[in-house]
Amino acid sequence: MTVAAKGLGVGAPLRRKEDARFLNGQGRFVGDIMLPGMLEVAFLRSPVAHARLKGLTKPEGAQDSVFTIDDLPGVRTIRANSALPGFRVSEQPALAKGKVRHVGEAIAACVAESRAAAEDLAAACVLDYEALPAVADMRTAALPGAPLLHEDWSINAFLETNRADDVSGLDAIATAKVTRTLRTARQCMAPIEGRGVLAEWDPRLGQLVVTTSTQMPHVTKTGLADCLGLDEGQVRIISPDVGGGFGYKGILLPEEVVLANLAMRLGRPVRWLEDRFEQLTASANCREHHYVITAWADGAGKLLGVECEAIVDAGAYSSYPFGACLEAAQVGSILPGPYVLPLLRCHTVSACTNKPPILPYRGVARTGVCYAMETTLDALARKLGITAQAIRLANLVPPQAMPYRNLVGKVFDSGDYPESLRRAVAAIDLDKVRARQAAGETVGFGLATFCEQGAHGTSVYHAWGIPFVPGFEQAHVRLSPDGVLEVRVGVHSHGQGMETSLAQVAHEVLGIHPDKVRIVLGDTALTPYSTGTWGSRAAVMAGGAVAEACRQLADRIAVIGAALLQVSPAEVAVGDGRVRRRDSDGSVSIADVARTWYRAPQNLPPGVDKGGLEITAGYRPDPDTGTHSYACHAVVARVDVETGGVVLEDYVVVEDGGTLVNPLIVDGQVLGGVAQGIGTALYEEMPFDPDGQPLAATLADYLLPGTTEVPDVRLEHMETPSPWTTFGQKGIGESGAIGPPAAIVNAINDALAGLGVEVMDLPASPSRVLAAIQAARGRTP
Amino acid sequence: MKPASFAYVRPQSWSEAVQLIADGARAGAGTQSLGPLLNLRLAQPETVADLRHLPGYAGVTLADGVVRIGAGTTHAAIEDGAVPGRVGEIMAGVARRIAYRPVRNRGTIGGSLVHADPAADWIAVLPALGGTAIAIGPRGERRLSLAGFVTGIFETTLASDELLRAVEVPVLPSAARWGHWKFCRKVGEFSKATACVLAAPGASPRAVLAALDQPPLVIEDAAALLADPAGEAARIVGSLGELAPWRCAVAQAALRHAAAAASAS
Repeated sequence: MTVAAKGLGVGAPLRRKEDARFLNGQGRFVGDIMLPGMLEVAFLRSPVAHARLKGLTKPEGAQDSVFTIDDLPGVRTIRANSALPGFRVSEQPALAKGKVRHVGEAIAACVAESRAAAEDLAAACVLDYEALPAVADMRTAALPGAPLLHEDWSINAFLETNRADDVSGLDAIATAKVTRTLRTARQCMAPIEGRGVLAEWDPRLGQLVVTTSTQMPHVTKTGLADCLGLDEGQVRIISPDVGGGFGYKGILLPEEVVLANLAMRLGRPVRWLEDRFEQLTASANCREHHYVITAWADGAGKLLGVECEAIVDAGAYSSYPFGACLEAAQVGSILPGPYVLPLLRCHTVSACTNKPPILPYRGVARTGVCYAMETTLDALARKLGITAQAIRLANLVPPQAMPYRNLVGKVFDSGDYPESLRRAVAAIDLDKVRARQAAGETVGFGLATFCEQGAHGTSVYHAWGIPFVPGFEQAHVRLSPDGVLEVRVGVHSHGQGMETSLAQVAHEVLGIHPDKVRIVLGDTALTPYSTGTWGSRAAVMAGGAVAEACRQLADRIAVIGAALLQVSPAEVAVGDGRVRRRDSDGSVSIADVARTWYRAPQNLPPGVDKGGLEITAGYRPDPDTGTHSYACHAVVARVDVETGGVVLEDYVVVEDGGTLVNPLIVDGQVLGGVAQGIGTALYEEMPFDPDGQPLAATLADYLLPGTTEVPDVRLEHMETPSPWTTFGQKGIGESGAIGPPAAIVNAINDALAGLGVEVMDLPASPSRVLAAIQAARGRTP
Repeated sequence: MKPASFAYVRPQSWSEAVQLIADGARAGAGTQSLGPLLNLRLAQPETVADLRHLPGYAGVTLADGVVRIGAGTTHAAIEDGAVPGRVGEIMAGVARRIAYRPVRNRGTIGGSLVHADPAADWIAVLPALGGTAIAIGPRGERRLSLAGFVTGIFETTLASDELLRAVEVPVLPSAARWGHWKFCRKVGEFSKATACVLAAPGASPRAVLAALDQPPLVIEDAAALLADPAGEAARIVGSLGELAPWRCAVAQAALRHAAAAASAS
């Protein structure tokens, strides 16, 4: 489909339709919704990481207000299996059964008239348990002899994967070889709005209505129906405004299962709102990777091979629907990055530990893998005495090779990867950085290049065998009698501005003004089935589906319009909100077509198309192996050798997301991602002690970057259309969060290169940076 | 994160407030620290006495060469110039970097002192300025030097039945030189090392090192620090007992920077 003028359609930098309500405090989140007779729920959560439960004494007089798993008969465990060979199945009970496996695991639901009273109940419960040794270190978790979390397993590992290219000959032919041991910290995703669930049973419809802050209402519906033994018609999920997702809300929650069951059991609405203490102590669930990585290169910096032993701390259970292995099992396929890599040997372990179950955070495994690969590349460059740019340019997939299938079978659709790097480097005043270094300043320059697979579909996820394999994405369009277009989509919007972007797509096809396009999302009763918003897929998948539905609707409009214009459908075209005769000025508005169809059908010939003005259409790109956006991040960072503090002086992103549906929204997506990546790089860390206790219980201890910590990012776009999508758009939602740790640490390491040290572990906190500096100086003060 | 049930009372007179505290009430001012403690149920008082409506609780007066600052004066008021003269300039500069403006709008100088978080600002700054606390309790008022006011983490010389009514700070000549440096990982976060140095004409320079998970170290004669900042900073930090290497480094940097600022300003 060709892209027309940019006025209000695809490519237009429209301000977001959602902004008026959000900026005026008119958004409506789970926490804003009250129902008559509603009860509040607080959870009694495990104070220890690993224990056998021996009993719970409920508060006197509160027997009927405190619920354990034994009080919820018939509730099934949550199971998210993988079809990958060797996967070990975990059963996650909605409330702990027999054992607890991480601090914060829900043990009992306490129900009261207010949240404070519910917390009183939780505080008055007496828990009897036998503490067991905790498994808190992923590096030793899967070794034989470690205490088993799931006692029918042989070792604490959900899965191991192996790719065994022979790299034994590389030592003999390589000019340089480096090995690095690297680690990323466990993080806690921190949307401004936490999780929240409000469940009620509607006896009229015989339907459970669950209002929940989720990215994937339809998947939640299916999973919930399964756990509760209901048919899917008996479950309706409403996801109102969602204050940030990032993957944190791409899950069927044990709390959703419990609340739903309680609503049915009690006959009253029940609500649970996660608070920040719960979020930090019970849900630090992402990013913790450990790498031992070796890379070989020839004298020009061309990569000869990579060997990697990776462990990901997957926590205690396999979360629904993405499972416990999405990170570790992807390490091998992501490691080649945007480069031409001839050999890869990679062994991964998804370690099972006494920590909250892992969830895929924006960027998923890529943030860690990019960190490992890009810092290792810089180490190789230093060893070879070539620049960071040179080693990348020697290895990036060239534009003439597109589309390019790499050694692990990923297919890059389009783009000029080297050009993104050249532009990013050109945007930095590198000569000045080198001059300052020569004058003794500890300032450095760092790069990260990467690509991001987005909107990948059936062919990719089928191989994973997760409970949900995305297929055709559907959109439903309905022309109203007044000419307003209602667009119903099963994806959701939690910061992505879908209400604006999808209205632009509809405008692109039909020419109806975006103000007259109403996007309906976040309600399974009103929207077509969808796996939801995740994996940088909505702009491609829902965008494509809306375009397809509008195109089919245009055909119907053309038939009716042609009848009104008294010509054949072949003699008219639909666009700019009107049906026009091709051969003259005669036209009729789409609104008149709608009014006639619904309210004045006597004006139409009896044989006109009886299909009407509602269409559901499906879309899937062909091939559906995913779009690849790509970017180069370039950073100038100054290191304070007295304190180990790092200041980001300059930050440049050159990004190619294909055709940008709305450049303003894309900018926001990239900038927000970069802020989160800066958190990964410099601030965010949930430490666990050897007993599996999380040590940062408030945001005074778990540091998130604020506006003062995020520099003014300079953002440049390239727009190489994807040949496989409706408008050439690519998935871009996660990209910003991938590059920062690699680029920032590379800048730190460049600043410290004169001292001969590198930072290995994330976040590059002042204490870690100073430790590296002090190690170089061979002294402590 | 909802507090356990408590009674909220709003004393209208100091005698009523003192009686409430004697009866076991927890005093609250801006509640920027007490609020989270209540919400996390780390504090579960039966009664919270909101002191903010006591006569003269907030406000600044100047008499006989002494600035008297009501304990309920907010950081924001101090930031905005409520305290006159050179002392006011110094204190405004400190207040500007306490947490974030919404916290400063409610948080008070007295509440911060009495809470005695080792990373807080006024427990470090006021001893350097030679400040005095005015306490009131069942036995009437008494004066406490702020130099030895903090005795441990969250511990002060204020008796359990006393309230902090005001602090007094001697005025300073405009030529008084001042250095204040703290290390925060983020703007507005708790300091990991704070140092201040006051060099007033005709008096020994005074320094304070704080925010090291222990009570502030008050150095009544800091002439050596001004003469040899690097050497003396290393000696002072070395005398503190066990500190992680990074905290040692940051503490030394704090002393050096504060000394340099007091020498230059």
